[in-house]
Amino acid sequence: MPRVVITGLGMISALGRNVPESWASLAEGRPGIGPIEALDASNLKFKNGAEVRDFNPEEYSLKADYLDRFAQFAAVAAREAVKSSGVTFTPELGVRSAVITGSCVGGQNTQDTGFVELYGKKNPRVNPMTIPRTMANAGASAISTDFGIRGPVYTISTACSSSNHAMGQAFWLVRSGAIEVAITGGSEAPFSYGSLKAWEAMRVVSPEMCRPFSRDRKGLILGEGAGMLVLESMEHAQARGAEILGEIVGFGMSSDAGHITKPSAEGAAMAMEAAMRDAQVSPMEIGYINAHGTGTALNDATETQAIKLALGPQAKNVAVSSTKSMHGHALGGAGALEAVATVMALKNGVLPPTANFNEPDPECDLDVIANCARQQQVEYAMSNSFAFGGLNAVVVFRAFR
Amino acid sequence: MASKVIEIIAKQKRIPSDQVTIDSTFQELGLDSLDAVNILFELEGEFNISISDEEARKIKDVRQMVQGVNALIAEKKPA
Repeated sequence: MPRVVITGLGMISALGRNVPESWASLAEGRPGIGPIEALDASNLKFKNGAEVRDFNPEEYSLKADYLDRFAQFAAVAAREAVKSSGVTFTPELGVRSAVITGSCVGGQNTQDTGFVELYGKKNPRVNPMTIPRTMANAGASAISTDFGIRGPVYTISTACSSSNHAMGQAFWLVRSGAIEVAITGGSEAPFSYGSLKAWEAMRVVSPEMCRPFSRDRKGLILGEGAGMLVLESMEHAQARGAEILGEIVGFGMSSDAGHITKPSAEGAAMAMEAAMRDAQVSPMEIGYINAHGTGTALNDATETQAIKLALGPQAKNVAVSSTKSMHGHALGGAGALEAVATVMALKNGVLPPTANFNEPDPECDLDVIANCARQQQVEYAMSNSFAFGGLNAVVVFRAFR
Repeated sequence: MASKVIEIIAKQKRIPSDQVTIDSTFQELGLDSLDAVNILFELEGEFNISISDEEARKIKDVRQMVQGVNALIAEKKPA
C-alpha cells in the first residue's frame, strides 16, 4: 500500500492565525482562553472561551459574505496548508484530488442570526444567504472552488469526532490509490448565543479554566478555528520534491452503541486498537497520545481507562497531553487542530503540555505532560476523538525521518 | 429612488456606483442569481416592500428594477 504523507499544514485558532503562531503557543504551554468577546456573556453561566482574536475575513479576499465564520476559517487554514505544501492543483491533478472536512454544527452563527430576526424581532424574512452559509459542507465547497479540486468533496459531521473521521477517510482514499492529494481537516465557530446557551444547559462547560486530567477540573472550554492538512501519496510528494512534514499510518473507528453522551472506555479502546491494527504498530511503539481530554470529570477518567485497555502495560509509559487546555474544544474542528499539534510535535521533538494542570487525579493516573512541553523524540503518536453519540475516531501519525 | 437602487447593486457587486447606470443590464453588470437574491433582499428591506418571485424573474436591467420598485411603493400608498 502506498505511504500517505503530510506535506502541508494550516491552522487558525485561539492560539494564532497560522501554524507558526499556534505552534509557538502550544510549545510554550500558553493557553488562548479568555473572556468571551463575540457576544455579551453576562447571561451565561460561563464567561471564558478560546476564540480566534483579531480575525478580519476581508484580509483574505474570501467571498466572505457567502461564508459563515466556520467556513471562512476552513478556507483560511486550507490556503495556509496548500501554500506550505507547495502543491499546484493543475486541472489534471484537481480531478484526482479530494477535500474532506469535518464540522459539527456548520454555520451556527448564520442560523442563530436568522432565528433572532424571525422569532426575536418578528421580522418575516431572513437573509437569502442563510442556507448556503449554514450548510456544513460550505467549508469543503469553498476550498474546492478555491483550488479547482473536482474529485471527492464532502463533509463529515460526527460531533466532536468530525475532523478525525474526515482525516481518516482522506487518508484511506489516498492510501487506496483512489486519489492523489487530499486537503482534509475541519473547522468550527460555535460562539453564537443560542449555541452557547445549549452548551450551558449540558452543564459540561467550565466556569473558569480548562484543566484536563487535573483533579480540580471543572469542564471543557469551547474553542473555535480550523486545522487543515495536505495529504498525498509519498510517491507524488517525492516526485515533486516536496518537504514531508509527517505521515499518517493508521485510522480506526468505533461506536459505543450505548449512552448518547456518557462515554464508554470499551468503545474508545476499540477505536484505538483498530487504529493501531490499521497502522500495523504495537502499543509499545506509541510514544505520545494527544488525548481527547476535554477536561470534564467523566471524559478524562473514562479516556484513562480506555488508554489502559488499548495499550496495556504501555499505558503507564506513554506521554499524554490534551492541547484542548490551550486551543479549547473546537468540536467538529477539534481533531484537526490536534492533528496539526501532533504532527508538529513529532516533527520538532517537542510534546506540547496539558496547560492549567494543578494536581494529579488518581482516576487519571497516566504520564500527563503537565504545564511545560517535553523535549522528546517520538516515532508514533495517536490522536483521539470521542464524540457525543458514542462515535470514536483515532488517527495514528508517524514522524518522517 | 433610482440612485438608492444603483447604490444597492453597486454594493453587492463591490463596484463603484458610477459604474452602474439606469441603462445597465444585469448581464453587463455580471449579476448572477445569488447576487440577485441578495439585491432583492436589500431592496425589500430598504423600501419595506415585498417582491414576488414572478416579478423578480422578469427584471433584467436596472431601469426595470427601478420601475418595479416604484410600482410596489405606489401600491402601498392608498390611492
